[in-house]
Amino acid sequence: MIRPPMMTIDGVEMTFTPGDTVLEVSKRVGSKVPHLCWDERLDPAGSCRLCIVEVEGRRNPAASCTLPAEEGMIVVTETEKLRRMQVTLLQMVLSENPAEISSRNVDVGKTELQLLAEDFGVTRNRFLGAVSNRSKDDANPLLKRDYDHCIACYRCVRICAEVEADFAITMTGRGFGKEIATPFDRGLLESTCTLCGQCVYTCPTGALADHKMVGQAAKGAPAEKQTITRSICPYCGTGCSIDLHSDGEKVLGVTPALDGPVNEGALCIKGQFGFDFVNSDDRLKKPMIRKDGTLVEVEWAEAIEYTADKLRSIRDEHGPKAFYSIASGRAPGEGGYMLQKFQRAVMGSNFIDNCSRA
Amino acid sequence: MSNSIPEIEDCPFLLCVGTNMTECHPIIAVRVKKALRKGARLFTIDPREIPLAKMAEGHVQLRIGTDTYLFNAMAKVIIDEGLVDQEFLDTRTEGFEELKAHVQKFTLSEAEKITGVPAELIRETAVGYASAERAGIYYTLGVTEHICGVGNVQSLCNLALLTGNLGKRAAGINPLRGQNNIQGAGDVGALPNSYPGFQSVDVPEVQAKFEKAWGVPMDPDKGITKLKALDWAVEGTLKGMWICGENTLVSDPDVHHTRHALESLDFLIVQDMFLTDTAKMADVVLPASAFTEVDGFFTNSDRRVQRLRPAAPSPGEAKPDWWIIAEIAKKIGTTVNFDYSKAEEVFDELCDLSPIYHGLSYARIDKGTLHWPVPTKDHPGTPVLHIGEFPRGLGKLQCVEYQPPAEVPDDEYPWFLTTGRRLATYHTNTMTGRAKGLSVLAPNEWLELHPMDAEELGLKSKEWVKVTSRRGDVLTRVKVTKASPPGTMFMSFAFPEETPTNYITNPEADPITETPELKVAAIRVEKAEAPDLSDFDPMFQTKKRH
Repeated sequence: MIRPPMMTIDGVEMTFTPGDTVLEVSKRVGSKVPHLCWDERLDPAGSCRLCIVEVEGRRNPAASCTLPAEEGMIVVTETEKLRRMQVTLLQMVLSENPAEISSRNVDVGKTELQLLAEDFGVTRNRFLGAVSNRSKDDANPLLKRDYDHCIACYRCVRICAEVEADFAITMTGRGFGKEIATPFDRGLLESTCTLCGQCVYTCPTGALADHKMVGQAAKGAPAEKQTITRSICPYCGTGCSIDLHSDGEKVLGVTPALDGPVNEGALCIKGQFGFDFVNSDDRLKKPMIRKDGTLVEVEWAEAIEYTADKLRSIRDEHGPKAFYSIASGRAPGEGGYMLQKFQRAVMGSNFIDNCSRA
Repeated sequence: MSNSIPEIEDCPFLLCVGTNMTECHPIIAVRVKKALRKGARLFTIDPREIPLAKMAEGHVQLRIGTDTYLFNAMAKVIIDEGLVDQEFLDTRTEGFEELKAHVQKFTLSEAEKITGVPAELIRETAVGYASAERAGIYYTLGVTEHICGVGNVQSLCNLALLTGNLGKRAAGINPLRGQNNIQGAGDVGALPNSYPGFQSVDVPEVQAKFEKAWGVPMDPDKGITKLKALDWAVEGTLKGMWICGENTLVSDPDVHHTRHALESLDFLIVQDMFLTDTAKMADVVLPASAFTEVDGFFTNSDRRVQRLRPAAPSPGEAKPDWWIIAEIAKKIGTTVNFDYSKAEEVFDELCDLSPIYHGLSYARIDKGTLHWPVPTKDHPGTPVLHIGEFPRGLGKLQCVEYQPPAEVPDDEYPWFLTTGRRLATYHTNTMTGRAKGLSVLAPNEWLELHPMDAEELGLKSKEWVKVTSRRGDVLTRVKVTKASPPGTMFMSFAFPEETPTNYITNPEADPITETPELKVAAIRVEKAEAPDLSDFDPMFQTKKRH
């Protein structure tokens, strides 16, 4: 058998597959390498340089996200020298942004940039100067674009191209003139954008935000008071994992589940933004019985008794094949199980189907 | 699906048939895009130039309803050019000689005439599929919603059997299910022919198992399908119906017929989250909890059983579906156990009775990593079906004859209409229509037609038309687009308040599955005035109820 190639990270000997990057191997070791422009779903860009590591035999630190693992490589991810450089890099990134931190930190949860700033104990004050980006009005009702907080990591551009293949946004300009733009700058609705929201939740700074979550903190439901419940998207049959944010009374929003086994963080417009039908004012809140031609709200006890009487008489007068049940293809499976048990064991026939035929 | 969704990205040749995947299964399409980035080849088969077709190496834009002819012609190419997997055919299939003889008449030149697809493209697609080391077929309702839906699937499966693309990773035959738990609804036994776990109702040993479990005699006869049930309602033999979470009136073909059927019932129960158009016809309306309010499970397309957990309380007195049904069962009076204190007890009973769920529990489905069948508590699940053997033993190659659609254009109804879903509207829009912001991508219905057809009819985008079939008519706007091929137009059925499309669709169904031919109707299109809907409800064709 051929021995797999080996390298050493932070003193741990690791095997790797040719093509792995040093960052990927370091994550398997459990090393805490900071990064901003990296997303496991995307090709590495190597633009933020935060993921620098020291490699034995090399004079300068290297960005681990773009550094291919090599046989015999010896890598150290935490040194005083690296930390000094990472602090400076973070200070420079922060200095380009406005003083107010992005509201996404309080509406949804701390952004990657905020977490790193706290972790490294840095502020934006060291290199104060011009702020390079600017906000854009965009008429769409779902995605908020606030480029004051953009750090030009291009994760939004890359996820739109590499994962979604929608190519709705791109980067224009150079240096301080750089911008994330749609074709002719006409807004997302006139681009090839499918409003999937992938860009929002890969954004590490809150330059992009989900309009359904914007202002939750101001409305009394800040991130730290929200509960997060793992669930499954209620639309097509893909079965994407979603995280429901709730204030205990209502579902406020959805964030994609990066560890969802089917979607690995990807969602479409329906999965990302289509949840709030559950909060609709016209949800049915009480049972109703038709009386004199009109549906009238009644108590459960009356509805159950009335329905049971009707069903009993249909079965007893017309037999088990005079009543039919249709289970939902969208509601949880326990209801479908119960309905077929009811039709078979109480009504007495196999007159049951679900909505799969039409 | 015979294979799991994550495997798609490792599949080197993808054949996507009758699936507008980027709009209807966008996150499965993400896997396809990943496969393309890894160098996979993609061929699409669809009458419309769907977005996925633009990413494909070849787009087989067949004339609507000619699927079986195309697949038989592809089978002939694969056989004639010696691209079959002989070992797989010898050890795992039967019927090869019969199929070989059967497909002789499906020549490329005839196929080109019938399907409208250039012979060379048919050949290239077949050769590409058969030559790949592994190849996966992905399809949806574009294949099944035909009067010959079963034949379409069988002739498509022939291609996988001929080339040995079943029972191995990153290949297979993969129907993508259209609704979140439509797989689960079948799994739990909400079918006229099977108990939970697809155990046939007409097998005495199986009946005995359920008689023992529930303590009452079981009906030895198969039930009828939903479509047949609606017919029985019209005939008067069916007296009552309980519809849970389905907007039948809007979603089923031929609304006149569906309305007549539901009106004929003595007693209609509708259990839903909203007062849908179907619920408006009910005698009793029962308020159901939403997926965000209950414990439970959904089973997705790749047979993955996944867990739901409550994130918020139900509004008012809405209740979980299982609770409502159990309470009514108990009130009717029965010796059968309907005492459950929580959803998990219902799930445990299901797993106890279903061999494919037997090894599952809420604890085991916590992370959503298991694909059924999971026969035992320590079984790792089955992401790839049919390894080594098919359920019936050998895979049977099927000789399927071509059958044109039930309706084809004539002088009176000169155009084809096909129906489907759009990205931002789901089914009858009961959910997407109440989600804020989604309407920005699809604010209303429109009839998509090719520029040549628009010119012939003297129509421009946004103008109103009356669309008429043998069953009825609807009014809608027009959108001129090259996505529709000349002669074939497209609509969804998401806007019943303005355009209840299913008034014109065709209820003629496949004789085996009784799935209606929602993909094909013949229509007439005439310019019309914008309707005044201030006091008219097109769904019920009456004055609006205020």
